[in-house]
Amino acid sequence: MIRHTPFHPRTGAANQTGLWSHWSGYLAADRYQMSDKFEYFAIRNSAGVFDTSPLYKYRFTGSDAESYLAGVLTRDIRRCRPGQAQYTVWCDDEGWVLEDGVVLRLSGDEFLLTAARANLAYFRDLASGYAVEIEDVSEELGALAVQGPLSRRVLTEMAPEIESLGFFRLGPAKIGSVPVTVSRTGYTGDLGYEIWVESDHAVEVWDLLFEKAGPHGVIPVGQTALLITRIEAGLVLIDVDYHTARYAWNDDQRVTPIELGMGWMLRRLEDDDRAFIGRKAIERELAGGSSRWRTVGIMVDWEAWARAHNERGLVTPKDHTPQHGGMMLYDAELARVGYVPSFVYSPLLQRHIGIARIRPEHSSPGTQVGLEVTIDHRYEVIDSEVRPLPFFDPERKTA
Amino acid sequence: MSGDYDAIVIGAGHNGLVNGAYLAKSGLKTLILERRHLVGGAAITEELYPGFQFTTFSYALSLLRPEIVQELELTSHGFMPLLMPSTFCPTEDGDYLLMGEDKDENHHAIARHSRHDADAYDSYTHMMSQVVHAIRPLMDSIPPDITSKDPEERARMAAMGSYLADLPPRVLHDMVRLLTGSAADILEDYFETDIMQGWLASSGIIGSMVGPRSQGSGLVLLYHSFGEHDSVYGSWAFHKGGNGGFTQVLARAAESFGAEIRLESPVSAVITKEDRVVGVALEDGAEFRAPTVVSALDPRRTFMDLVDPRALPTDLVDNVRRLKFQGTSAKVNFALDANPTFPGLEGRSDHLRGFINIGPSLDYLEKAFDDAKYGRYSRRPYIDACVQSNIDPDMAPPGKAVMSNFIQYAPYHLRESDWDLERDSLGDVVQSRLEEVFPGFSGLVLHREVVTPLDIERTVGLTEGNIFAGEFLAPQMFFFRPAPGWNQYRTPIHGYYQCGSGTHPGGCVMGAPGRFASQQILSDLAV
Repeated sequence: MIRHTPFHPRTGAANQTGLWSHWSGYLAADRYQMSDKFEYFAIRNSAGVFDTSPLYKYRFTGSDAESYLAGVLTRDIRRCRPGQAQYTVWCDDEGWVLEDGVVLRLSGDEFLLTAARANLAYFRDLASGYAVEIEDVSEELGALAVQGPLSRRVLTEMAPEIESLGFFRLGPAKIGSVPVTVSRTGYTGDLGYEIWVESDHAVEVWDLLFEKAGPHGVIPVGQTALLITRIEAGLVLIDVDYHTARYAWNDDQRVTPIELGMGWMLRRLEDDDRAFIGRKAIERELAGGSSRWRTVGIMVDWEAWARAHNERGLVTPKDHTPQHGGMMLYDAELARVGYVPSFVYSPLLQRHIGIARIRPEHSSPGTQVGLEVTIDHRYEVIDSEVRPLPFFDPERKTA
Repeated sequence: MSGDYDAIVIGAGHNGLVNGAYLAKSGLKTLILERRHLVGGAAITEELYPGFQFTTFSYALSLLRPEIVQELELTSHGFMPLLMPSTFCPTEDGDYLLMGEDKDENHHAIARHSRHDADAYDSYTHMMSQVVHAIRPLMDSIPPDITSKDPEERARMAAMGSYLADLPPRVLHDMVRLLTGSAADILEDYFETDIMQGWLASSGIIGSMVGPRSQGSGLVLLYHSFGEHDSVYGSWAFHKGGNGGFTQVLARAAESFGAEIRLESPVSAVITKEDRVVGVALEDGAEFRAPTVVSALDPRRTFMDLVDPRALPTDLVDNVRRLKFQGTSAKVNFALDANPTFPGLEGRSDHLRGFINIGPSLDYLEKAFDDAKYGRYSRRPYIDACVQSNIDPDMAPPGKAVMSNFIQYAPYHLRESDWDLERDSLGDVVQSRLEEVFPGFSGLVLHREVVTPLDIERTVGLTEGNIFAGEFLAPQMFFFRPAPGWNQYRTPIHGYYQCGSGTHPGGCVMGAPGRFASQQILSDLAV
């Protein structure tokens, strides 16, 4: 049976479309009302509320929790102090990415890690000898992402302590009488927060939130809107922009953190004495410059895009529905140099953009490449340019 | 002399800003002069009541040419067209038609009134899209000069003829029907219900002294069908912060390219010397010199006020004098204590996220026009309303609403009264009409702003308050906008150009006149 998130009594009523996806076995709204673009603009112009409860959530507690995670996670968790959050990846011994997620450090010896896939056995198998308890608390916690420029204002009206919360910081708060944890994190690249609440109190938090936020024009938003914003923000998605190395059949299906655009997580590796899983392979990759790929942004030339379609008598398509696939990238000699797993027309940037995996020699911003598209069953190669990620990075996100 | 420039643009309406931005981007030292204390012309947003942002005049965005967004890099200056996802059309009998973003949902919404019309709507939109797409290359380029014997111009005429001849015959014929016929002729062909005919015909009368059954309303209907949001024809947007927010974006873009914008600088005259422009004089006596001067004002002001018409060819002066302006639209804007309530949809606001079309039938619109024919404003006016705070919550305080109402018909020339006397009565007529649609409306009103055609003329400078800077009548379009022989942005005075909505392709917040004029200027200067 498909499961419902703790907010379902409200999300179910709010979804006027009957359109749901299955996300980790839970119903997740594609959109709540007929226009997913309206929901998208809520995130960029007011605020949107996204039910992110289907994420797997693991709690690590104990005196060895920090040292355990320092050995499992690729990014140095010891630099993440209580009250901070950290975006991280974890790798296998060969330095291939298993997954990415966010760790919330609730206290010195308590961490909450989100993951897109089940990881309990994987984490527990690595825990022998450590004083750490690892629990799957996925069902115990509901999570609501409140994302957009008005998010701080509406949340502060309910919980003034949120006002001073810095980017990737977290803290306890009360919404009404309900104790919650609020982290300034999200998947939109915008000013935004995530509210973590015990499932039993989820509906109460939803009601209080919309009582305050509704008059500000804040609305629930579905997956389509979220997935447009995450491409603009250059945030990768598992099973789209990469696949977990755990279940890969060959190295073409695997990717290293550096290839995935996470090289910045390893910037202080020489000052970092941890023995973490994959370290040796990553060091070899860094020393040998053996990365096969870079992850970059790709922006399509607007004139070339219009011309290619207009020549076929077509209206220039500007579809904001994210395309998850693998359109090919070519160099000037039409040699394959990469592919574009995530592609979308950004209504805010007014351009077609994508997250691309490309050979390092073609990865400098400004490099011209050709994007292969199909127009009326014909292949066309359209001028495009390599751009740095993220495409959208407003000051308010971190201010 | 107060300073020298390569180019001076008179008027910081959206076309003046677009033109100045392109000129500056091409390296010309450009000065944009604006009479008022803010840029935008008729595309402004003002806080006329504390906490409420009013789009005093122009109130939505869709015809803006996408090329301008890219070429002037507007997204890096805050360009943000917020989709208006619904259109709400109350009927005469208390029912409604609610159109949205989902094609199949729309089918059922129309089918509630007529299954025939639900199917016909798809045929109609396909026909319109095809005609729009076919005519678009003509709209999106500088038209040939039909009076010219220059072989290059003759060749462009011939190419245009070939292009039209190559169109599918059905598309060409539909195009001609739209360009020459009435909106009613076309809509009655497709639809049987009053609400579909009334709703769609409203695009055929906006801003124009025509009724839906007048020949010529087809052209106005076609023109408005060019509107798009991200390539979806007929889809409209509300710019972040209103159209004033949009013109602020344009001003920032222009300044980023090096243009200088000077506010509160009304130009009294364009200074010429031996058929050449040499600069402009301000009302306060200051003068600025430039070999290129561009008027973003309407043709009447460009040719009759800024220069001495006696220095111009008689033909041109005659044509400009004969141009039809006859503004016929007004605005009544409200600050409201809450969203208005429609009976049966209490507690909802999703139907108020786009246009509210109060024009439930062809007869309703035609009767509204009947009043205007005899010099009266409509007793039951057509209203194109929009509660903009539902699209951009920053337009009003939380829980409150700001509502724009475009009113027609409100003819500039009132036969038995004048607009200074009738301003409040027009406001009352509109408010009572809104009270019929949204019972309890008047109790929500915190503030009301009535903008008559005379106010438009006085405040913005548009002759007779015509929102398009010249009517959308066939003899005033394309080859003939604003006058035969002068449709390529030049004037008889060397170095003096025109770039306002009174030039091709015309009005609405389109920006194309400003862009094409800059192309012509830069080509003449060989920049």
